[in-house]
Amino acid sequence: MGKTLFDKVWDAHVVDTIDNGPQILYIDKHLIHEVTSPQAFNELEERNIPVFRPDQIVATADHNTPTINQHLPIKDELSRKQLEQLSENCKKNNITLYELGHKYNGIVHVMAPELGITQPGMTIVCGDSHTSTHGAFGTIAFGIGTSQVAQVFASQCLLLTKPKSLRVSVNGKLKNGVLPKDVILYIISKIGTNAGTGFFCEYAGDVFENMSMEGRMTVCNMSIEMGARGGMIAPDETTFEYVKGRKFAPKGEAFDKKVVYWKTLPTDNNAVFDKEYHFDAEDIEPMLTYGTNPGMGIKISEFIPETSDASFEKALDYMNFKKGETLIDKPINFVFIGSCTNSRIEDFRIAANYIKGKQKADNVTAWLVPGSKQVEAQIIEEGLKAIFDDAGFELRQPGCSACLAMNDDKIPQGEYCVSTSNRNFEGRQGQGARTILASPLMAAATAVEGKIIDITKQLN
Amino acid sequence: MEKFKTLTATAIPLDIENVDTDQIIPARFLKVTNRDGFGQNLFRDWRFQKDGSVNTNFVLNQPQFDGPILVAGDNFGCGSSREHAAWALTDYGFKVIVSSFFADIFKGNALNNGLLPVQVSPEFLKELMTTIQADPRTKITVDLEAQTIGVDGSNHSEAFEIDAYKKTCMINGYDDIDYLLSKKETIEAFEKTLQAY
Ligand code: SF4
Repeated sequence: MGKTLFDKVWDAHVVDTIDNGPQILYIDKHLIHEVTSPQAFNELEERNIPVFRPDQIVATADHNTPTINQHLPIKDELSRKQLEQLSENCKKNNITLYELGHKYNGIVHVMAPELGITQPGMTIVCGDSHTSTHGAFGTIAFGIGTSQVAQVFASQCLLLTKPKSLRVSVNGKLKNGVLPKDVILYIISKIGTNAGTGFFCEYAGDVFENMSMEGRMTVCNMSIEMGARGGMIAPDETTFEYVKGRKFAPKGEAFDKKVVYWKTLPTDNNAVFDKEYHFDAEDIEPMLTYGTNPGMGIKISEFIPETSDASFEKALDYMNFKKGETLIDKPINFVFIGSCTNSRIEDFRIAANYIKGKQKADNVTAWLVPGSKQVEAQIIEEGLKAIFDDAGFELRQPGCSACLAMNDDKIPQGEYCVSTSNRNFEGRQGQGARTILASPLMAAATAVEGKIIDITKQLN
Repeated sequence: MEKFKTLTATAIPLDIENVDTDQIIPARFLKVTNRDGFGQNLFRDWRFQKDGSVNTNFVLNQPQFDGPILVAGDNFGCGSSREHAAWALTDYGFKVIVSSFFADIFKGNALNNGLLPVQVSPEFLKELMTTIQADPRTKITVDLEAQTIGVDGSNHSEAFEIDAYKKTCMINGYDDIDYLLSKKETIEAFEKTLQAY
């Protein structure tokens, strides 16, 4: 029987198998940030265990960081301490850190691919569930808890049971105005938020083959929102082209050799998956969520379903929406374009392209938060910042920002925010805040109109 | 890690589905660098009103319910990888979480902290939930060795699955770091073969 992409990468990293138990999986790259690493460092220190392979760890500060005045000392004392702790831990253990203000600083899932740290065929972990993002390169990448962060520090390995395999195929031509974010929101709305639990997902079909690396990262990023530990897309010329020439990518002959190996990774034709889903690209429209989990999504032309169960009603109550209503024309006061789902240069190009020559609506506070210093620099270099400034948008400095509202970027109580992030949980963007997940195009249009519109009508 | 063999106790019914990690412990409480004290912020925004007063409608604040077992709706622990969720639950005093479905990362985090996730059938969960709601003094027995969960004084019980390796770890209080460190030579030998591609 043939092997899947996932099988090939997994099998190449199995150090040992425990009888009747898990396998020892070798981890190539370990990414860390300020929130989920301190307790792991403490644990090692308490037990007197050294960090085993500091060269294979890269650190950044992102969750907690302010997105204005990054050159000034951080006002919030707890945040400042957490960042200081990260610097101290990295220094003590010889770990490379791109701290606040460094030209490579950024959200961990934006900066690592950008620097060529993420490469096909690797195993990558990070104490963050959206590590699934890196699967866009044909990498096994997944989020881990802090105990596991400590395990990787100690041994560069994890004890794991091999997950089952799932494939989601989408074929056909995407309609005008339908972006990668809509594709993944559509998939989750169809299969639900726990369809992927216990599985690792592969996305296949010409929709993904024709997607940019940025788009593939957006898709893989949200694999966790359908319960899957991670998602992968087979590496191809688009992948090699993206990796080539990046700071940590192999160079010259070494790169060519890698490409030969990477080309062996795609799933064999006769491989069998434990579960498969097929979707038709033409059925996808710009998507919006109306509830408090990412599976509660509808197409722009659809109405909120008339489901009656307690959880559903609790969600609608929180959102202050009614069954059977449309989201079109809902007034919106906050728009957030950012997060590891949609804060890459392509996302800002899409937003700028729409915004150019228009003005932000007066009722809207719109935050544009680049995923990294490099994206920020590119936004300025390509003249996008000027477009945003002219239209009344605020370009802030990189970080996780309003995606999880750990810093000061919080959406006020009861307000709606059309957001390009990945989670619409209760209180995710601030206590009592109401999140509507959407693509950067839908977000930009909302900011300009001051309300939700049917973007397809404008485009056609 | 604390050892776990069997537990007989009362339980708290949290009849809500898709309880995500942002509800278990909101992000604004993740700024500390140690593991202690998360229990006071467990389910923070459900336990307390916006003005800081106690929300008496929330089950954790209802005096008739108490105990180290939390019986929760389907798909418990979805969302972020924050282990703080498991720390908050154990710090509050929970030793067992019962649900018909657990998110992967949460399940792993719980097991790594001596918090036992017990997955039961939707029917059994419903039965458990209504039994406890009707009589908060109902005692539940969770036997890890036998892999069963049952309602005391009735014949309602069910078997549950757990990875054999994890079961041994829970019963003996071992953790994965000890095991991995014992494998260091094998890991180093493996690293040499990795260079091949
Ligand atoms: S942007 Fe949001 S989802 Fe992504 S790593 Fe930061 S907090 Fe997590």
